[in-house]
Amino acid sequence: MKLTKTLLASTALTVAATGAVFAQDSKSPVAGMEMANEMTIVSWGGAYQESQLKAYVEPYLEMNPDVKVVWDESSGEGVAGMRAQSEANNVTWDLVDATAADTMRLCDEGLAMEIDHDEVLAPAPDGTPASEDFGDEMLVSDCFIPQIAYSYTFGYRTDVADWNGNAPTKICDVFDLENFPGKRSLEKRPHNNMEWALMCDGVAQEDIYDMLETDEGQQQAFDKLETIRDQTVWWTSGAEAPQLLADKEVVFGSAYNGRLFSLIEEQNQPIAMMWDAQSYDLDGWVIPEGLDEPTLNRVKDFLWFATDTQRLADQAAYISYGPARKSSAALVGKHAVLGIDMAPHMPTNPDNATNSFVQNYTWWADYRDDLDAKFQAWLVN
Amino acid sequence: MVALTPISRTAPGFYVSVVAAFGAFFGVFIGTGQGNLIAGVIGGAVLMGALAFVMTTIIKNERAARWGITILLALGGYLLAGFPGLVIGTFFGWFFGFMTFWLYEGRYRAKVPPYLTPGQVLWHFSFRTICGAIFVFLITPILVVMPLSFNAEDFFTFTPEMLRFDPAGYSLKHYRDFFTSSDWQNALRNSVQIAPVATLLSVTFGTLAAIGLSQPHVPFRRAIMAILISPMIVPLIISAAGMYFFYSRVGLQGTYIGVVLAHAALGIPFVIITVTATLVGFDRSLTRAAANMGANPVTTFFRVQMPLILPGVISGGLFAFITSFDEVVVVLFVGSAGQKTLPWQMFIGLREQISPTILAVATILVIISICLLTVVELLRRRSERLRGMSPA
Repeated sequence: MKLTKTLLASTALTVAATGAVFAQDSKSPVAGMEMANEMTIVSWGGAYQESQLKAYVEPYLEMNPDVKVVWDESSGEGVAGMRAQSEANNVTWDLVDATAADTMRLCDEGLAMEIDHDEVLAPAPDGTPASEDFGDEMLVSDCFIPQIAYSYTFGYRTDVADWNGNAPTKICDVFDLENFPGKRSLEKRPHNNMEWALMCDGVAQEDIYDMLETDEGQQQAFDKLETIRDQTVWWTSGAEAPQLLADKEVVFGSAYNGRLFSLIEEQNQPIAMMWDAQSYDLDGWVIPEGLDEPTLNRVKDFLWFATDTQRLADQAAYISYGPARKSSAALVGKHAVLGIDMAPHMPTNPDNATNSFVQNYTWWADYRDDLDAKFQAWLVN
Repeated sequence: MVALTPISRTAPGFYVSVVAAFGAFFGVFIGTGQGNLIAGVIGGAVLMGALAFVMTTIIKNERAARWGITILLALGGYLLAGFPGLVIGTFFGWFFGFMTFWLYEGRYRAKVPPYLTPGQVLWHFSFRTICGAIFVFLITPILVVMPLSFNAEDFFTFTPEMLRFDPAGYSLKHYRDFFTSSDWQNALRNSVQIAPVATLLSVTFGTLAAIGLSQPHVPFRRAIMAILISPMIVPLIISAAGMYFFYSRVGLQGTYIGVVLAHAALGIPFVIITVTATLVGFDRSLTRAAANMGANPVTTFFRVQMPLILPGVISGGLFAFITSFDEVVVVLFVGSAGQKTLPWQMFIGLREQISPTILAVATILVIISICLLTVVELLRRRSERLRGMSPA
């Protein structure tokens, strides 16, 4: 077992190394210009940051040994942090990892830099320009440089005696305390929870956002959530959700699919996935407004490399999030350590995506501040 | 201490019912553990009451009875819950054996004054029990963390292996992670670079301020004192946000010096308070005598005043050090990712990746804190001894 692992790991390394050689052939548009040698990258920490480190930061540093990268695990407060830095006129972050909805807000407020995707990002190996390779469904904002598609989905414990051998299969089982009793956990934010609540209250998927714009629709969603409120533990950070499941504090809960993957496959916990009504979201890079010229050049040089076809596919070997480029899909292989096929664990895999729910980021960018306040008020009442 | 009060055996009704009450109390935990609260309470009361009666009236020999109950409960615990049950049962057996004879022989009265009424005796022991309970309440969260830091799994859970005391359930991997991960080592290095310098600044400024403010002729002493102490009283988040905007403007935000200065500001109040307290016992005529002998104020300070107030300075310095070493809010604002300190790294760890490495670090920090506080206490005793305030 040890041996196979080592072999697989070294295979992955070889693949990565070959990739690095290929990348040097395609020079970024800022190559040769003056570049800063230090770069502060803001990300989410945990397994996700680890995948970024392994898939493209370490290879990049190998190619540019005099560059130093400082990590700041502050993406959770990304919007607040960038607002504060711009207000204090003191931008210390050089590249920020943010979700699509956060990016739209940052872009609207002028805190993030608008970019021309075809100019900043490398084309696909076959020459397809970046904007086509990512596609319009990924390039949701002029400030957004997509990396991955992930999803909010549910994990449940497979050893719950009260369920009499049944396993939840539908999103509405979350609201079914009779057949699936026990504590559940949901994210302490309105998004997804409100949609799921309406979906299980008989609202058709295409009407959900129209309903949520009205006070009655919001009330209906809160009323539905109310039915499970005293059985719900609210999580705020991505790491909490799997911890709650592993600790048996909850038997059923929403989490990022990559975190659940690591819980199930890497940590061997008695937990299974329920993909029904998984809610897609996108995550990507944002360049803060107000960087000086050499730093900006360094960031662009890094981005050209870090978002190319091979690098995004490499990332999928460390975490089960789908690469944002179409051309990367074919290159997704096996897990770097476990050696299992990653494709069945991707949110975009057809078996998992039979009933997917596409979150409306644009809508959330407009309504989030308002609904956040109402949601928090509902929680304390 | 000698026995103040003649003691005599008590009536069975008294000691049996008290022991039964304790049995009921511990029965709550056993009962909840086995899934039946009521049965636990009643069973505990009946069992312990009966055992107390049997021990005192049938076995009579104290030594034999106490060994007997210990072995009996240990075996019972082992049958109920395996090895952990054995440990708990042994403890219960020892405790109830002791308790029964302590009450039966009337020993509980031996060390309290003879004139106390039964109510006062009851309060005497209840008070100690309450104090003990508060102590347990305060210390348990810290103690629980320690065994969990040896968890072989990556979650904050007592696994069944750990509860069975199976060596496979324990591992040092989280300590290894701490000592080998570059994130943690960077954080440790930053903390070690920031805290001593911040402490040095706090001690210097704090001592000077305390000496100055203890001079009777300084105007607005109370107002100045209040301002200097304010970082201790103002909510940290307010100071932190204020420092963030101010330091950004003057270009100190995100620099090593900025973090050091911010931590020094937080540490100064501790030094002022401890040094001011020591200065109360400082005899001012000594400085006048030194001046009379021709020493200038600086020499007087270092040769006469400083050695006498040193314990206050050192304990203030230790508090300042711990403040800087444990601080997370201000450094999150004033520092940038390059100055990530240990508490910052722990905060990230908790938020983004709940891993027992945090518990391993916490255990190490608790041990460091215990060492520092022991030093403070030893210094305090030494200074008291020097001043002849307590017997050596």
